[in-house]
Amino acid sequence: MRYPFPTGKNDFIQGNEAIARAAILAGCRFYAGYPITPASEIFEAMALYMPLVDGVSIQMEDEIGSIAAIIGASWAGAKAMTATSGPGFSLMQENLGYAVMTETPIVVVNMMRGGPSTGQPTLPAQGDIMQSIWGTHGDHMLIVLSPSTVQEAFDFTIRAFNLAEKYRTPVVLLGDAEIAHMRERVYIPHPDDVEVINRKLPESEEEHKLPFGDPHGDGIPPMPIFGRGYRTYVTGLTHDEIGHPKTVEAEIHERLIKRIYGKILGHREDIISYEEFELEDADVAIVSTGIVSRSAIRAVKMLREKGVKAGLLKLHTVWPFDFDMIEELAERVRKIYVPEMNLGQLYHLVKEGADGKAEVELIPKIGGEVHTPMEIAEKVVG
Amino acid sequence: MYFKSAYDIREKYLRKEMLPTIFCPGCGIGSALQYTLRAIDDLGMNPDEIVWVSGIGCSSRVPGYVNFDGLHTTHGRALAFATGIKLANPDLKIIAFMGDGDTSAIGGNHFIHAIRRNLDVTVILINNFTYGMTGGQVAPTTLRGLKGTTAPYGQFENPFDIAGLAVAAGANYVARWSVFNYIQGINSIKKALQKEGFTLVEFLSPCPVSFGRRNRMKTAPELLRWYQRITVPLNKAKKMPPEELEGKVVIGEFVDRDRPGLIKAYREYIKRAKKAMGWEE
Repeated sequence: MRYPFPTGKNDFIQGNEAIARAAILAGCRFYAGYPITPASEIFEAMALYMPLVDGVSIQMEDEIGSIAAIIGASWAGAKAMTATSGPGFSLMQENLGYAVMTETPIVVVNMMRGGPSTGQPTLPAQGDIMQSIWGTHGDHMLIVLSPSTVQEAFDFTIRAFNLAEKYRTPVVLLGDAEIAHMRERVYIPHPDDVEVINRKLPESEEEHKLPFGDPHGDGIPPMPIFGRGYRTYVTGLTHDEIGHPKTVEAEIHERLIKRIYGKILGHREDIISYEEFELEDADVAIVSTGIVSRSAIRAVKMLREKGVKAGLLKLHTVWPFDFDMIEELAERVRKIYVPEMNLGQLYHLVKEGADGKAEVELIPKIGGEVHTPMEIAEKVVG
Repeated sequence: MYFKSAYDIREKYLRKEMLPTIFCPGCGIGSALQYTLRAIDDLGMNPDEIVWVSGIGCSSRVPGYVNFDGLHTTHGRALAFATGIKLANPDLKIIAFMGDGDTSAIGGNHFIHAIRRNLDVTVILINNFTYGMTGGQVAPTTLRGLKGTTAPYGQFENPFDIAGLAVAAGANYVARWSVFNYIQGINSIKKALQKEGFTLVEFLSPCPVSFGRRNRMKTAPELLRWYQRITVPLNKAKKMPPEELEGKVVIGEFVDRDRPGLIKAYREYIKRAKKAMGWEE
């Protein structure tokens, strides 16, 4: 297999470019997209690379079509991705729900920009955190990853594909305009060194018959692929284990949705990922995700220099959310600060997790600039 | 060939455990489905190489009743999903079963772009002039003056000619019949299934329950008789002045051509890319 970019070495590239290369190394061979700032470079890189690795890159008529195409491609056996920003992500919500309901592994990249509506197309924001979790209608569960560096954008993209395949679920990679366009050093591993997880195909008779069942008790049914004789019927309607629509039976709906919840929440330990900085003896904690974490790390260093026992919890997964971990943190620290580039989204999750055991304060910032370390540190000092 | 018993067709291709269907008495979807299955049977196609795709609506429930791989998707989006399936595995034959509202209203943009790309797909379009599943609202196909629950005093907008739209957007094969035109319908589907690129066979299909009874045609036979009155064969229509064609629906084969399909175009594109990189001669 020949790759259209150098591997096994460092490179100096944009976050968007890193995501495209990571996707290809993770086995992605189908990309459908629609131009949008600040995510277009992902598409442009995919357009350049995909034909060279015998994959598909196609420009759809809109973002609804883009996500529809990658879901179709996934059922035809391909690992598939699309990328967008706020306005496109809003359009994708319909079929994001379809992917949840039909348990289709796909990766959707949302490079956040200022919103609502067309907002600030070229500037970073974190206003889509709640949308990435709860944007589509109905009870649903998916995975949301949030990188803070170009290297993390690369690594988390590979992880996004692996989680999607392992748990038969859509995964949202939630970046922002800053990570999209920033150039940093990234290590692009040799393809042999990339851990790649592929979906399980039905093998036993039970697995074959019940593509929406729970043959192994882990909530994750092996996934049939079109054209291989499975004769699978896939529908966004509430369906039984076989896939037949059962739209009025309460117990079937409850069983299906609870299994979809359970296959993610039941594997929280495997899915949830975070990093701690100076938290062991911390008196105050900062909880952040995405680009803001970079300023938060620096703020912790500045605060420590001033003798303030500050620490940082840097979340790599936004969803599922580890409420218990936040509660445990709240029991140890006096106060938790949540800097984020919106008017309060992650803050509400942290507050729910803290459950009154520590005070939680939001440090909001909107308009298109990342918090400076000083802005965070000053708030903490008070 | 056409005289194989309907029971044989049912035995061979339907998921018996899914029957009975949700379709109302007098519905035309079963007829169009039967024609499609007969075409597949006549052509000796391998069911494991066919994927049925649909959006939302009565006709979109069809993939659930046939024993093939099937993707019952979101409203209007069937062809966008089909684009992904076909490009990811070009060996699969895609049949999209779609309704007139699904195709031309909410799915209008996906429809014209799938045709523009010449996506290799066969669309079986059920045109009943109404939104049957939701109870008989007017559709973009509802002819002027006809009633629906959302235009109770009669449709005041102009209707879409979906087959005409498909011809203009560049489809390789487009035909329209009523479900009454049994032989022509099967022959058209057979032709469509054997061609590359975008192919469409539209059927005027009775919906007595949601559409007919609001328009003084309470039964399927009344609707079929109405089709006989309003349909004009293409060669006859060509000789008629436009004012005489007002309120009529032209039936026949509108186009049959062989432009390269999307799969062929993309394969060429891969070659071009590798050549541009100096990877291949």
